[in-house]
Amino acid sequence: MTVSASEIPAAAGIISVSNLVKQFGRFAALRGVTAEFDSGEFYAVLGDNGAGKTTLLRALAGLADPSSGTVSILGQNPRQACREIGYMAHPSLLYDEMSGMENLRYFARLYDILGDERCQHVIRSVGLDPGLARPVGKYSQGMRQRMSLARAILHDPKILLLDEPFSNVDVHSAGEMVGLLKTMRDGGKTIFVVTHQAALLEGVADEFVWMQAGHIVDRTRRLTADHSEAGKQ
Amino acid sequence: MKRAFPIFAALTALLLAYAFYEAIWVAPMERTMGDVQRIFYYHVPSAWTAFLLFFVNLVASIIYLVRRNAKADAVAVVAAEVGVLFCTVVLVTGPIWARPVWGIWWTWDIRLTTTLVLWLIYVSYLVLRRFSESSQTPKLAAVLAVLGALDVPLVYFSIWFFRTQHPQPVIGGGGSIDPRMLHVLLINWLAFSCLAFLLCWVRYRLEWLERKVEEAQALESLLGDTVPSSQSAPVKLPPEKTQSSMGPQ
Amino acid sequence: MSSLSSITLATLTKDIRLEWRSKDAINSMLFFSLLVVVIFSFSFDPNAEESRQIVGGLIWVAFLFAAVVALNQTWARELRNQVLDAYRVSPAPANALFMAKVLGNFILVSLLESLMAPLFMIFYNLRALGPAWQLIPVAMLGTWALVVNGTFFAAMSLRTRSREIMLPLLLFPISIPAVQSMVEATRIILSGDGAARFWIVLLLTYDVVFTTACLALFETVLQAE
Repeated sequence: MTVSASEIPAAAGIISVSNLVKQFGRFAALRGVTAEFDSGEFYAVLGDNGAGKTTLLRALAGLADPSSGTVSILGQNPRQACREIGYMAHPSLLYDEMSGMENLRYFARLYDILGDERCQHVIRSVGLDPGLARPVGKYSQGMRQRMSLARAILHDPKILLLDEPFSNVDVHSAGEMVGLLKTMRDGGKTIFVVTHQAALLEGVADEFVWMQAGHIVDRTRRLTADHSEAGKQ
Repeated sequence: MKRAFPIFAALTALLLAYAFYEAIWVAPMERTMGDVQRIFYYHVPSAWTAFLLFFVNLVASIIYLVRRNAKADAVAVVAAEVGVLFCTVVLVTGPIWARPVWGIWWTWDIRLTTTLVLWLIYVSYLVLRRFSESSQTPKLAAVLAVLGALDVPLVYFSIWFFRTQHPQPVIGGGGSIDPRMLHVLLINWLAFSCLAFLLCWVRYRLEWLERKVEEAQALESLLGDTVPSSQSAPVKLPPEKTQSSMGPQ
Repeated sequence: MSSLSSITLATLTKDIRLEWRSKDAINSMLFFSLLVVVIFSFSFDPNAEESRQIVGGLIWVAFLFAAVVALNQTWARELRNQVLDAYRVSPAPANALFMAKVLGNFILVSLLESLMAPLFMIFYNLRALGPAWQLIPVAMLGTWALVVNGTFFAAMSLRTRSREIMLPLLLFPISIPAVQSMVEATRIILSGDGAARFWIVLLLTYDVVFTTACLALFETVLQAE
């Protein structure tokens, strides 16, 4: 069943998802998700393992082809809107054998960004040194996550989709990354963070989106006790 | 629809029995080859049916690639499976006939080789379907079907040229066929086509039901799920709540 | 179009740089090719005068083995850390990635062949009786045929279980006319009986048909998830 574009409410937010189902054989990771998300907000997506968080994020990024339903980003499909989407996955999405700068230079070419200025700028903005010659494979986890974030924001997208950006990152680095994301939200970006560490985003995220078994079960302004049990796992 | 199936099945059975009678008792005995020639009434109709089914597979695959229509994909897989079955019949009956007539089991004749390559391509198609991640099987399989079809004329030309260099025994080709033999051949062809259609019909229903079951199982709630009643409606905060509970950061 | 070729070039440069740094594939592949040549030479008596008749087949079957092992490594680098996803979310055309991978594999496999071919010539004591220069277009067209489909099917087998075995299962049936053309052309040139023109034309046709088809369908395969 496909929902035609005309059925999407007119007052759609920057992202609107309608009846989204993603089936992997005998398992459906998303089971009919309908939601809208507004521009310039910071969303924290929480839920158990297997709740469908990563699949939702991949569907928004245009990586997972929905089995049915639609995803609309700025009124387009995710592939058409790809210049406005920055995606950071749980793995680094970087070549381990190249330095951070070499990695970004390559990805910049994919977005038709020429010259080193932009790459140097984003590396500095995540708190790393563009001159670092070490290959990314030899970075600490915290540095790698930052470089991965730098890659996601390289083309200055309006929407950031981040999957577990703080996992295995020390508290100090995680705090800095949260600060950075907050600045970007204040600069008008729309941010989605899938995380198990909900506590880090308390007081930062504008909204907590709770997922369970392939559905969005609740959306709250604060971390509430009953949900945070599920979010911690 | 439900009534049509047993009626068609019964008709097919009758037709097959009649075709068998015609092939074994009615058709005249071939002068040089003797009774072994009668395998021709199974071999040739099977080949025609297999080629027809492979063609159906190609058309269905192209429709799937253009329209992303799940039914076209189901038709493609069914046609490929039944096609491989009939193609196997061709490849088995061929050598049985060739051994007493030519004195060899196999020769790299153009038709034999093309059929063999076709069989290999469609077996690899079925292997791909078995091994790919289920949600993307249709796309990958359709792509392979198109590439496989492009290969067929090239196989044909390469063997055609190869054969003109290496003289090989030639199958019956040329010469005229006894009209009674042609009659029996056509009856058998009709019977085999009906059989193929029947098999496709059953297999298609099975395939479609399997997919429905899979879909239903996938959407079935996990144990202990608490799915909200308003699952299909957008979950969205009323704007006033936004103001009261949440100041700007 | 300019972005297609510039991204192709950027990706190819990146792959060569990565390969240069790790040298995993190239070293093991060179050694593997050497082993294949030696094993083939043991298995088929290299002194026989008939070797000229069969060596076309031997060489290409050996190349085919070496190529499959090389082609299976094509996407390994893109799977580590799921870097392929970074490409898939970018606006870069899918075909730029495909062409870069095909060119990279073409360079790698040609390198292996230029190592193996002289060894075959030495071990089998070969000398072409036909026009030897024709071996070059045959080798290039034949290698392209294997590499273009091999790269495509390797991408397809990314979405399957037991990835490594899927590549030959998909590649070999489709490659039959190409392999036959390479083998026949090589045999004719080495033994000097007849002209290899038909086979070269057939190879060229095969290359054009499959390169076009792969370019038309690669995006579907890349975005399949």
